[in-house]
Amino acid sequence: MSAGNRALEALATTWDDAKGRYQAMPRPARLALVVVFALFFYALPLLRPPIITTTQIDFGGVLFSAAAFALVALGLNIVIGYAGLLDLGYVGFYACGAYTTGVLTSYHWHWPFFLALPLAIAVTMLTGVILGAPTLRVRGDYLAIVTLGFGEIIRLIVTNVQWLGAASGIKDIPHPNSIGPNPEGPFGQRGIFSIPHLSWNGLVPLIDNNRPTTFLTFGALDAVPYYWLVLTVMILALLGDRLIKASRVGRAWEATREDEDAAELMGVPTFRYKLLAFAMGAAIGGLSGSLFASGQGGYINPQSFPLLLSMLFVAAVIVGGSGNRWGAIFGGVLVAYLPERFRAINDYRLLLFGMALTALAIWRPEGLIPPRRVRRVKQVEAEIEELEGGAVDA
Amino acid sequence: MDFGFLFHNIIELTITGLALGAIYALVALGYTMVYGVLQLINFAHSEVFMYGTFAVAWVVVFFHGTTSATQSLGSSLGILGAALVAAMVLSAAIALLLERVAYRPLIKKGAPKLIALISAIGASFSLAEIMGLRDKIAGWVGLQDDLSAYVSKARDLYSSPIDVQPQNLFPVGNYQVTDVDLLVIGAALAMMVALDQFVRRTRFGRGIRAVAQDPESAALMGVNSTRVVQLTFLIGGLMAGVAATLYMIRIGSTRQNAGFILGVKAFTAAVLGGIGNLRGALIGGLLLGVVENYGSAVFGSQWKDVVAFVLLVLILLVRPSGLLGEALGKARA
Amino acid sequence: MIRSTLVRALAVTAALGLSVTACGTTNNGTTSGSKSTAGAACGKNLAFLGAETGDAGALGLNMVGGIKLALDEYNKKHSSCKIGLKEFDSQGSPDKAPALATQVVNDSSIIGLVGPGFSGESLATGKTFFEAGLPSISPSATNVTITQQGWTTWHRVIGNDDAQGKADATYLTSTGGAKKVYVVDDAQDYSKGLATVVKTALGASAAGSDEIQVGQTDMSAVVTKVKSSGADAVFYGGYYTEAGLLVKQLRQAGWKGTFMSGDGAEDPAFVKAAGASAANGAVLSAPAAPAPADFNSKYKAVNSADAGLYSTQAYDAANIFLGALDAGKSTPEDINKFIGSYTGTGASGPISFDAKGDVTATTIYAYMVKNGALDTANPTPIK
Repeated sequence: MSAGNRALEALATTWDDAKGRYQAMPRPARLALVVVFALFFYALPLLRPPIITTTQIDFGGVLFSAAAFALVALGLNIVIGYAGLLDLGYVGFYACGAYTTGVLTSYHWHWPFFLALPLAIAVTMLTGVILGAPTLRVRGDYLAIVTLGFGEIIRLIVTNVQWLGAASGIKDIPHPNSIGPNPEGPFGQRGIFSIPHLSWNGLVPLIDNNRPTTFLTFGALDAVPYYWLVLTVMILALLGDRLIKASRVGRAWEATREDEDAAELMGVPTFRYKLLAFAMGAAIGGLSGSLFASGQGGYINPQSFPLLLSMLFVAAVIVGGSGNRWGAIFGGVLVAYLPERFRAINDYRLLLFGMALTALAIWRPEGLIPPRRVRRVKQVEAEIEELEGGAVDA
Repeated sequence: MDFGFLFHNIIELTITGLALGAIYALVALGYTMVYGVLQLINFAHSEVFMYGTFAVAWVVVFFHGTTSATQSLGSSLGILGAALVAAMVLSAAIALLLERVAYRPLIKKGAPKLIALISAIGASFSLAEIMGLRDKIAGWVGLQDDLSAYVSKARDLYSSPIDVQPQNLFPVGNYQVTDVDLLVIGAALAMMVALDQFVRRTRFGRGIRAVAQDPESAALMGVNSTRVVQLTFLIGGLMAGVAATLYMIRIGSTRQNAGFILGVKAFTAAVLGGIGNLRGALIGGLLLGVVENYGSAVFGSQWKDVVAFVLLVLILLVRPSGLLGEALGKARA
Repeated sequence: MIRSTLVRALAVTAALGLSVTACGTTNNGTTSGSKSTAGAACGKNLAFLGAETGDAGALGLNMVGGIKLALDEYNKKHSSCKIGLKEFDSQGSPDKAPALATQVVNDSSIIGLVGPGFSGESLATGKTFFEAGLPSISPSATNVTITQQGWTTWHRVIGNDDAQGKADATYLTSTGGAKKVYVVDDAQDYSKGLATVVKTALGASAAGSDEIQVGQTDMSAVVTKVKSSGADAVFYGGYYTEAGLLVKQLRQAGWKGTFMSGDGAEDPAFVKAAGASAANGAVLSAPAAPAPADFNSKYKAVNSADAGLYSTQAYDAANIFLGALDAGKSTPEDINKFIGSYTGTGASGPISFDAKGDVTATTIYAYMVKNGALDTANPTPIK
């Protein structure tokens, strides 16, 4: 194994070790650790650590889009990683959630955001079922092109149908309800209390009282409360993901993914579970889209949902490690964060991204943090190869 | 929904649709061949085509200079012939490069198809961006002034200075068929026939079919599968080069993302006709071009892609292996 | 053991954090009152938010060039009190724009924004700049609805699509003498907005309409529709690539009518896309007068490239901010008031703003393509 692979293997084994230790600890200790871990992520946009913070674009905003991306990756991981279905049109679900929210809260009706959110998820789930029912019967590779087509169809529909805003999009999407007095103009009283940010002078942190984050105001100036909202939703989604993966549904997905015919023969109703995977993935996609719509800008238009975004979603899951929820989250964060951190080389962004994708696919196809099962298989294969003294070339 | 308009102009819409579809068909041949042999979606084939279009434009600029001129097809044959050769060479070279860098390591490892798709997506982005950054790249080696006619304003539209004016040849109904229409449709048919004969009659073609049918047995029978794969990519590249030349004759301009949309359509056409099936690629391509035009006529041009994809989904539901269905590996007597 | 190491590490970090926060606070304080010397604004920056990379990057670079020219002239006159420029690349998409806007408003060295470049970005960030009280002047965002949002800090130096569309329709029917006009657009916000205004203004003269997509290269269906409708003129709302391809294929099919498009197509690249012979006779409108004769040479001296679409507008926008500084204004509120009451003539024409932020006087100019080139020096004003 090359040095890079060895390093990643070491990372993966450390991760395994850490998980092992973690599971060995008594319950209250585990809970405390999880809380500290979560608090760190909540505090991240306030701490603004020196190297990670983006200098040319608001760090809070970048964290918001990274979290939204990670949430999408989590959902897509269910479809690709757990159920083994290649979906190249996931942006369609994202758009569906966003537009349902837009239409309900701004364009035709004026529902409050938290009422529109569950309906947006439901509508997107329904879209997933409608999409999945006819297409999940076709073979894996065809599924890719059909889902790609559907993603494009949804984008074209929102571009051309006036009822959905057409090319002008939907603006004035209200933000989630704030806690505390509503902001009135730039200097009115906002929120219940303010939390200052940290700014760094080299390695020395200073408290920066300019433009603190108010708790809890969803306005147009500060992206941090939105980030907190997405983070909270993601934690809930993670819990749901854990529950479902450990249940018989998760086992059915694994069986379907590995060998659909064998699973069918063993009595697993594969079509129904594939449809369920699609629907769950759609629900999370719609959820993320909904949060995106009522984000800081309060404006969505068809330009925000191109085919390229579907490709990025798939790349995030695969790069992170398909089948491992943490891998998917990591991949999502990476794909959303790196281009913003290195804005200086903006011209070369897409080129570097493309080269990185190909390089990763060739040298580490299982992704950066693959599921344990895949790693075990690779270890076994490596051992066999050693014993046989080199692979047989086909 | 304007069916009256459709029926009134059906001949014009059909012939121009066939001309559009012929280009889809030629690009689709590349997708279908690679899929037939490797079961891989060669996502980066769209960039192979795009490089071909630039080769055409560069050759025209090289021989003709940058002054704009409008000429008939007949008087441009010489320069277009040179452009065709250049396009075929460049497209084939890019295709072979792609095979070597993005696919061969994965095929050797027996990696899952999804990973090959990711590699292809990465390669597609990289190739498109290299073309879009060619002014900067030329700048690194200090050649941006010497090559400015070829590389400046890399992200803008790049046009071939010779504008080919189609000549009307003969009327069919109320539409005047032009020489460009005939050239495009004829070329696609000719290429497909040639390729079909190649696959069926020659030794190389048998090798391709063998590897498509069963790679391991083919290897046991002495077929060098690496060579076969290279050949497949090469042929796909040559077809894309032809498509690129025809595209530049019809449309006249290109840019670094010109391949993307066309690639998706061509792949759709390949699946429509039956992926892995050469005739299917032709039928799928021509059908897609005509359906797009009809869809534009009836529903409005903004819906034409929706019509195309809905058609695809319907066909896949009714006939999951595509219209002609057969795979490359199935022997035909 | 991993666990104790982790806990120890956390404890150390927490302790460090707590101890070090006692080190100090940064409190830039609010600028109290208004210092009437321009010295208060030295070393500050203008900001630009728009597309500098990506497919629309050329337009953003034109705007940055115009701003740089204005700053260069100002800094030469005020060598002890220079103003800089901070650029924020949105890649033309409204998605990243809000986060960039937050970055802009959190930067206390920025006194004003030239931008955002496009209408989508403007809609996504208008509220952010309004809530922060940062004044902005856009050189190019022409969507009508932006100035209807009540954002008193938002202005533009370019006429909006309403004005342009109505003028275009007038031109086609009167000067152009067209009886039936076919309207095409590319379903984008700017394009559809402009085309809709044109269609409404044409009334009965509109022979039909169609919408293509950006990136579409084969226009055969649209060409068939145009020919079949008997239209003697076509108006295209959109950008130069599709406009050029459309007119080229129309001419190839033997259509002889007048082709007109708006400022999105008013660029020499239109002629390249169409081919010289097809482009000849095309009329491209723009809400901007030709730049003064020496503008391009001055621009080239600073930027080593030719001026392009929106360069003069960006130049004028930057100069309004610099004029506010010259007049001693340094707080955002004062600068905003200055902009509101500004009257002057810039490189793009006469400028003054109405209560909503639009320019009051807009003349739309018709630029012709003659002899294989876009004549940028002698347009006809459309009355």
